[in-house]
Amino acid sequence: MFEMIDLSPIWLSLRLALITTLILLLIGIPVAYWLSRKSSWIKLVVEALITMPLVLPPSVLGFYLLLAFSPTNGPGKWLHEHFDIQLVFSFEGLVIASIIYSLPFMISPVKSAFAHLPVSISEASYTMGKSKTQTFFKILIPNIRGSILTAAVLTFAHTLGEFGVVLMIGGNIPDHTKVASIAIYDAVEQMDYASANCYSLILFAITFIIVIAVFVFNKRAAKSPFE
Amino acid sequence: MIQVDISREIKRYNGLEELSFKADIASAAITQISGPSGSGKTTLLRIIAGLVKPGRGLIIADGLTWLDTENNINLPTQLRNVGFVFQDYALFPNMTVEQHLNYGIKDADFVERLLALGRMESFRNQKPLHLSGGQQQRLSILRALSTNPRLILMDEPFSALDRKLKDELIPELKAFFTEMKTTCLIVSHHPLELEGIASQVLEL
Repeated sequence: MFEMIDLSPIWLSLRLALITTLILLLIGIPVAYWLSRKSSWIKLVVEALITMPLVLPPSVLGFYLLLAFSPTNGPGKWLHEHFDIQLVFSFEGLVIASIIYSLPFMISPVKSAFAHLPVSISEASYTMGKSKTQTFFKILIPNIRGSILTAAVLTFAHTLGEFGVVLMIGGNIPDHTKVASIAIYDAVEQMDYASANCYSLILFAITFIIVIAVFVFNKRAAKSPFE
Repeated sequence: MIQVDISREIKRYNGLEELSFKADIASAAITQISGPSGSGKTTLLRIIAGLVKPGRGLIIADGLTWLDTENNINLPTQLRNVGFVFQDYALFPNMTVEQHLNYGIKDADFVERLLALGRMESFRNQKPLHLSGGQQQRLSILRALSTNPRLILMDEPFSALDRKLKDELIPELKAFFTEMKTTCLIVSHHPLELEGIASQVLEL
């Protein structure tokens, strides 16, 4: 059944989702920690901006990213002129767009987990002579690992299923920007329902396995009262 | 000796109120602080530990200035070498009893001694979630002792212990403090809980 389709869109989607998730883990956890501390007007604005992709139609975000990445405008022009980098219709552009689009899926659960940890466990660590960095890695992170995993899976699954933003930024270039969701749309447009069904089944199976794995992990590991 | 002279506005249900405290706390002795609920006992301990900054204050511990708001001196908590027993225990859910103590000190003999002191040897591999309230409170005390602090601040440290355990633990703790020359400041609601144990009682 699966021999009849080109699997490269599936691999491209998995690659895009993995890279986006890894980068968002690096960026998202410190940002979530910063947002979870004392609130301020700046944090309110930053959090609102981060949450925007949840409520904005993907085509709106995709349109503005397309303008921003364009080699004739703003940041896209600057990147093109100084580093010869073109983000529109490229895999790199897809990665940056996916990072922006999936920001709330990484940051919101992790921020909420940080906010629910009692301040006193950090303070207890400080009184034991531990620095903020030591406390962050030895106390805070291990106690929210269930939420970090959930956020990573949400990000991965969300990126895997991206359509609107990906179509606006990447188009439909085989092996470069034609991800699984675009391949499904493409197959349906050509009335090739068999291929569309294959891609859809593969995406469904991958996502289902990941979600089941998270449930199993959380059942075993989430024994902390804070998770 | 620890000289404390601080004042800070604290929130009450009926508005802001000034917390003022001035005392000389004897070194290597047990001092009890008592006072009604909401009088600022916990805030006082947090100020001494460096977890809260008062509006105005001076804290000098054995000749070393920890806090001097006039001269903008505020030694970080990490450098004050204090142990803190939190009222909510503040245990680390990801760590076993033994890991809690090893987080404070890498000295197997000392850790064994602390486990014996708190009657916690058989629970060494348990995480806080699997401990009773009394066991959690004992672990909180042992963890505060694990760094061998010069000053230990205890916020209602015996509230979850039964009478028998309290009668066993308190004299042993006192002997431990005497041996380690630890200064101990205990906040307690019950004026009689430390009768004959505390050498000084301060009212807030």
